[in-house]
Amino acid sequence: MIDFETPKPIKQVCNVVETVAVNMMRPVSRYFDEHEHEIPWDFINFMHNAIRSMGGTSMAPKEEKSAEEGGEKRPPIGYQRLGHMVEMLAWGDAGLYLCLPGGMLGSAAVAAAGSPEQKKRFLSRFMGEKPVFDAMAMTEPQAGSDTSAIRATAVLDEETNEWVLNGEKIFVTAGHKALIDSDGFVVVWASIDPSAGRAGMRAFVVEAGTPGIKVTKLEHKLGIRVSDTAAIVLQDCRVPFENILGSPTVEKSTKGFKGAMATFDATRPIIAAQAVGIARATLELLKEELEKNGITIRYGLPRQKLTNIEREIIDMEATLRAAWLLTIKALWMADNKIHNPKEASMAKVYAGDAVVKITQRAVELLGPLGYSRELLLEKWFRDAKITDLYEGTGQINRLVVARHMLGYRGKELR
Amino acid sequence: MYSFQPSEEQQMLIEAIKRYAMDDLRAAARDAEEEGQLPPELIEKGWELGFLQASIPEAYTGFGERSAVTGVLAAEEFAYGDLAGALAVLTPGLFTTPILLAGSEAQKEQYIPPVIEMEWKPYTAALMEPHFDFDPNALKTTARVEGDTYVLEGEKCYVPYAADAEAMIVYASLEGVTQGFIISAGAEGLEVGERMKLLGLNALPLYPLSLKGVRVPKDNRLGGEAGHDFAPILAASNVALAAMAVGVSRAALDYSMAYAKEREVFGVKVAQKQAIAFMIAEMGTAIEANRLLAWEAAWMLDQGKEEAAKHAYLALTGAMDTAMMVTDRAVQILGGHGYIREHPVELWMRNGRGFATFRGLAIV
Repeated sequence: MIDFETPKPIKQVCNVVETVAVNMMRPVSRYFDEHEHEIPWDFINFMHNAIRSMGGTSMAPKEEKSAEEGGEKRPPIGYQRLGHMVEMLAWGDAGLYLCLPGGMLGSAAVAAAGSPEQKKRFLSRFMGEKPVFDAMAMTEPQAGSDTSAIRATAVLDEETNEWVLNGEKIFVTAGHKALIDSDGFVVVWASIDPSAGRAGMRAFVVEAGTPGIKVTKLEHKLGIRVSDTAAIVLQDCRVPFENILGSPTVEKSTKGFKGAMATFDATRPIIAAQAVGIARATLELLKEELEKNGITIRYGLPRQKLTNIEREIIDMEATLRAAWLLTIKALWMADNKIHNPKEASMAKVYAGDAVVKITQRAVELLGPLGYSRELLLEKWFRDAKITDLYEGTGQINRLVVARHMLGYRGKELR
Repeated sequence: MYSFQPSEEQQMLIEAIKRYAMDDLRAAARDAEEEGQLPPELIEKGWELGFLQASIPEAYTGFGERSAVTGVLAAEEFAYGDLAGALAVLTPGLFTTPILLAGSEAQKEQYIPPVIEMEWKPYTAALMEPHFDFDPNALKTTARVEGDTYVLEGEKCYVPYAADAEAMIVYASLEGVTQGFIISAGAEGLEVGERMKLLGLNALPLYPLSLKGVRVPKDNRLGGEAGHDFAPILAASNVALAAMAVGVSRAALDYSMAYAKEREVFGVKVAQKQAIAFMIAEMGTAIEANRLLAWEAAWMLDQGKEEAAKHAYLALTGAMDTAMMVTDRAVQILGGHGYIREHPVELWMRNGRGFATFRGLAIV
């Protein structure tokens, strides 16, 4: 039965997150935007304690519990819940959101591809007293969306039973916090057989303090400046054999690579949720500013009777709502284990476009106010763009959508 | 709790309509468009699927319950086949659904059964008016009280089957508020003009109306003496048209996609070119996005949510832009062939443009 009611537990958690966004994020948004690479410890510690006190290790969905005896099994809502929370946090501040301890992309990879032992070993650290961070290192200077061009290698030293990792990684979100500021880890993608192409690609967990891994640079960015984006070098970095996620042998298939891509089925709609959060913040501010100037939006009129500003805002609202519904649907599918790569990419394409357009138009519509750093609008304009870039650019996601719609494989539609 | 899964009953209805839409409506669409008429047996077959009958409670001789969600699911499928045919099949709903939503008990008992119990008959409604800035909430057709009657004056247009209609609802401004009035065929002062010639929808007979002092008994004001709220009627129409815009868009997408997978260029299929594939990805994404917008608005209507009317308006706003974008691109993907009337995409492009104009032409 088609239903759009937000589940009660989600509403409740959103109320809490909204309080955080209003009181802990918005007041420091500008400060951390202007003090790039300063770590927002107050916010991090507060969130770490809050998440712990709720009994969680991160915001990520927990393993599904089996149905309670006698009771009816409730449909899973973990990803939908996460999507709502992320939307609200991004509404607060998209950069600060990325500074949350635990449960980022590295954990997602461990959760998706790790064995029960690995999950225990790597994920239990988030329950400690101090906040701990994780990160994912996939991109290389010459390998962005084209992950088959990854050059990092992992060679098994059979004598010591260790993987020896070599390579250079860039654009590692929270890499510094994961390796230097906490006892976290980075999930590094490398090839165990460069002749095998994507089939040889594997993920390795590299823990903080491992010799041979170094953070060499922090990027200076257009937006989300409070979030550290690290460059990492691995030089004969040795990790135990058990740190490989997935099978250590190369089969003649791209299963390992597809495993990595499957992570995106959940993470892409989460990026879409970020986009929606930023767009909602923007639209709300825009309407508030207009209201101060006596302009209220007359919904229901034919376009011929609307002012340009009204038309723009109404179009933005329709687009924003549609983006959110695509996001929720993709997450609902993830929760219900319905194969969703097409819908996940659709959500990201649409929400990425929506937030970029909405923030750009809002800066224009508010004229000198919009361009000024007095308001957060210009910051959101800068923050928004990242959602159309990371976890697959808008173009890569269009390619994914098109392949699924047309029934083409990668080599048929390049 | 979110769910995007239609119920089993809805699924069965969608399947039945889909078959009819493809095998009957789509198959007849081109000839109907060129000849300017839909075969009566085609309309009757669609009527017998029982969609409207199932939205009317037993008390008024129907066999179900109205649901806007079921309505948008059905409207999309009908329109996927052919828009003119879809509007024709659903035309009697323009009369019964507003009465069901806003009519007095006496009106429901009097007017709904004769429509629902019989074969398809032209019962209709007149909302649109011939002004560039036509606004359903600021009608220029007026109703004024004169003794025991309302007197209606004004011009209407785009009225389906007006020439043959047994009865219709005419919307007019009563002291600035849009109200419906039930008028039977042959009322004095009601003049049906010559059939309209339009950019699209040529298969659907649409007429202008002149109301020259048409006297309507007070009992025939929709809702009785107290009148009614027009907003839910307009909202139910907005979601229906939004869903139909999605249906037409989907038709254009599927057709152009199939063409692109067949057509060879430079040694590959044209769909293998990113320039085309990206268009297709964006079309598919916009359709899915706007379908959900229509679904949610319909769900809000069913739930009686306060913001339902606004969301219905947003859904139509989004869907009408999507319909224009998608149908235009479908023609573009076929290239010169898209411009030829042998293919349906040019028809859908003309229909696609209409959703910015059509108001009150369908309701669920």
